[in-house]
Amino acid sequence: MKKKITMIICLTLTICIAALCGCSNSANDQKTITVINYGMYIDPAILDQFTEETGIVVLYEEASTPEELYSKYSSGAIHYDAVCSSEYIIMKMMADQSLQPIDFTQFEHIDNISDDVWSFCATFDEGNQYALPYFWGTVGLLYNKNMVSTPPTSWDVLFSGEYAGNIIMQNSMRDSFMIALKYLGYSCNTTNPEELAQARDLLINQKPDVQSYLVDEARDEMVAENAAIAVIYSGDGMLGCTYNEDLAYVVPEDGSNLWVDCWGVTAECVDTESVYTFLDYLCCREDIAKQNFEYVYYPTPNTAVLNSLDEELRNDEAVLPKLDSLDNCEVYQLMDDDTTAMMDEYWKQIKAE
Amino acid sequence: MKRKYIALPYLIWMTAFIVLPLVFVAYYAFTTKAGGFTLSNVFAIFDSLHIKATILSLGLSLSCTVLCLLVAFPLALVLRRIHLNHKGLIIIILILPMWMNSILRILALQMILSKNGILNMILEWLHLAPVEIINTPAAIILGMVYDYLPYMILPIYNSVMDIDQDLIDASSDLGARFGYRLRHVILPLSKPGIISGITMVFIPCLTSFVIPDILGGGKIQLLGNVIEQEFITSMNWNLGAGLSFALLIFVIIGLIFTQKHETKYKESRVW
Amino acid sequence: MVKLKDFFCKFYVAIIMLFLYAPIMVLIVSSFNSSKSRVLWGGFTLEWYQQMLNSSIVIGALRNTVVLAVGSAFFATIIGLLASIGIDAMRKKEFSIVMSITNIPMLNADIVTGIAMMLLIFRFMPLGFSSIMLAHITFNIPYVILNILPRFNQMDISTYEAARDLGAGPVTSFFKVVLPDIIPGIVAGFFMAMTMSMDDFVITYFTKGAGVNTLSTMIYGQIKKGIQPTMYALSTMIFAVTILLLITINLITLPKKSGKNKPR
Repeated sequence: MKKKITMIICLTLTICIAALCGCSNSANDQKTITVINYGMYIDPAILDQFTEETGIVVLYEEASTPEELYSKYSSGAIHYDAVCSSEYIIMKMMADQSLQPIDFTQFEHIDNISDDVWSFCATFDEGNQYALPYFWGTVGLLYNKNMVSTPPTSWDVLFSGEYAGNIIMQNSMRDSFMIALKYLGYSCNTTNPEELAQARDLLINQKPDVQSYLVDEARDEMVAENAAIAVIYSGDGMLGCTYNEDLAYVVPEDGSNLWVDCWGVTAECVDTESVYTFLDYLCCREDIAKQNFEYVYYPTPNTAVLNSLDEELRNDEAVLPKLDSLDNCEVYQLMDDDTTAMMDEYWKQIKAE
Repeated sequence: MKRKYIALPYLIWMTAFIVLPLVFVAYYAFTTKAGGFTLSNVFAIFDSLHIKATILSLGLSLSCTVLCLLVAFPLALVLRRIHLNHKGLIIIILILPMWMNSILRILALQMILSKNGILNMILEWLHLAPVEIINTPAAIILGMVYDYLPYMILPIYNSVMDIDQDLIDASSDLGARFGYRLRHVILPLSKPGIISGITMVFIPCLTSFVIPDILGGGKIQLLGNVIEQEFITSMNWNLGAGLSFALLIFVIIGLIFTQKHETKYKESRVW
Repeated sequence: MVKLKDFFCKFYVAIIMLFLYAPIMVLIVSSFNSSKSRVLWGGFTLEWYQQMLNSSIVIGALRNTVVLAVGSAFFATIIGLLASIGIDAMRKKEFSIVMSITNIPMLNADIVTGIAMMLLIFRFMPLGFSSIMLAHITFNIPYVILNILPRFNQMDISTYEAARDLGAGPVTSFFKVVLPDIIPGIVAGFFMAMTMSMDDFVITYFTKGAGVNTLSTMIYGQIKKGIQPTMYALSTMIFAVTILLLITINLITLPKKSGKNKPR
């Protein structure tokens, strides 16, 4: 027994010392920036390449949903220099005055960002001062051709009961309400309590038919053919189609949500020069943006990247929808506090049912 | 120097890192967003929405604990019976799964249980009816049992192994049958282990949110999920803290009841 | 009859082992799957192992996890041992107060402990690696104490008194008489603390600083988008290394055959 214990103690001490030796690599004179983004929303190799090229170290934090990202930021425990999030979080941060205007003239490759996307961003960021578009896309349906009778064209398939037990919904408050509101023919930015209550009742009635509420995991479930229809973001929908040829992605005709994820520079950021260098490198420089596009596979606002893609891919509207073909799609607007509280409460009721 | 002063470093640590953070939580629990005093956050646990989640959590945790106990106690007896001369090895075999990341293991369990998953593939191959267990409370219970079973087995195994064989022999010499021996000799002697096991399984089950999230498909809302959402999604720390404070009070009351008759060292060591 | 009974006993153990190890088998198989989607089998590959070894992020997270586990278990064991010696000497009232507070981290929801720690720590120092260390030490100490304290109870105090009577100082008698008796508790506490630290996700998530990742937080970030196969490869490696280590230790220190069924 004694021998054994001595052995174990020696072993752990060795591991400990080895680990501590490996740990001592702190160089304090390096420039560092702290950024937060969604998980798996960047090719991790780019961070290393960036540090190698510029000497700036990027401390990279991840969150899995917009709300989680915002609470991580606003808890104040970590000082972030730049955040990448959905447009409605960026709007909220603009309203809180937690962002500072970005001086895009300091960006070397800013011309690569498409004018269409700029004007699209201008709908919530007047004069394009605060937000640098990163990726954009739609919310739609991913369905299995062998498991549906006719290809869906409306959100109706989610509520008709035809596919009871084979539906995957989004585990996100805003997206779920968006679907219900659009199906009912309302705007997804409504503040009318009655319309919201109707949407809530619709979602509660639908709950027994829903197999599960997932976020991006829905893709793998669809690939494994565990469900017939899933609500999904366009990029993941496309990725799902490449894994399983029986899958197809469609944006319902009743309209949907058009979203854009943007980078913003926080008000407390001091070393804006390094942050600008990073954002320019990541979003605007052609080779890096392309490398990132190939990893993330969402529509990129970078025209240089788009032009370098081969013809077939570029014209594939499923991968890269044309902005002007999405007339029915709305961008989320910032909701007032009362509506947010009401939606929160309704969402809780749906989930508790 | 009195011996009890040796605990001083710990007492300082305890005050700084256990008591002080608890004060922070209490502060959030008893104030509104604006900073005024309120009891509504703590009493919010009696809201119909929250009470539903609480009852569901209690039900699932209770089932999980009972199942763990039903599996672990016979296992401990069996392990004692086949007395491998290798107590350490058994413990290691039981702990080893815990060294793999628990999120990964639960995800793997999900792959086994899902509709076209590995379990159903095997059942189909055996020409048996598939089971549709994923996204139901049953899947959550199974996941919890899977994750927390070692915490039940280890203390019970330890206390069962500590029972003196002579006692059991004596009782059987005196004519006690197996059932009687179990009830009057083995069970009372392994009680400390059973109690530690129950606390180590029941309490984490009550507040877990990762397992219900993954195996419940987001359809089933337990108290842990509600608290997590208040903190992470809704940014309502006051309500989140209030709910968990209420839960903490329940747990402490529960513990006082179970331990009323316990004396100083009755709780068995965990491993 | 006895043979049949023995067979059933072994069968029961085997079933439970299967239950405990089946998901791990799935992880191991997934680590050799060449398809990036976890639900498809794309053929055998070792690519993920290579990628894992080349990824500074993965290796960094692994290093953090190991250093945290060993380091926090080490400090928690020292503090917990000292605490146990002292607590053992306390009167009933002090004892129950201290023990109730000690139990709080185990009774409280992890998420609350995590947030409370974060609220406290970031007021005094920037969050980073050391803040996770502090948090892990804190939630590990109760487990150490719970493992060591019962050993004092089982120990015969008269041997200690005999040693003192024979002229040994308190420290010498502690090391010569008490320590050998409680060492199994210390080892168990240490390993339990290590296990808890490796398995923790929630508390680490809230107390970690920017860019510091452990395996748990890294895996959590990937749940939604799909776990990277490198994670499976890493788990398989950890599993293999631990098993090898344990087998070696067991081979070197083969226990002497003791006929009687008494554990100690």
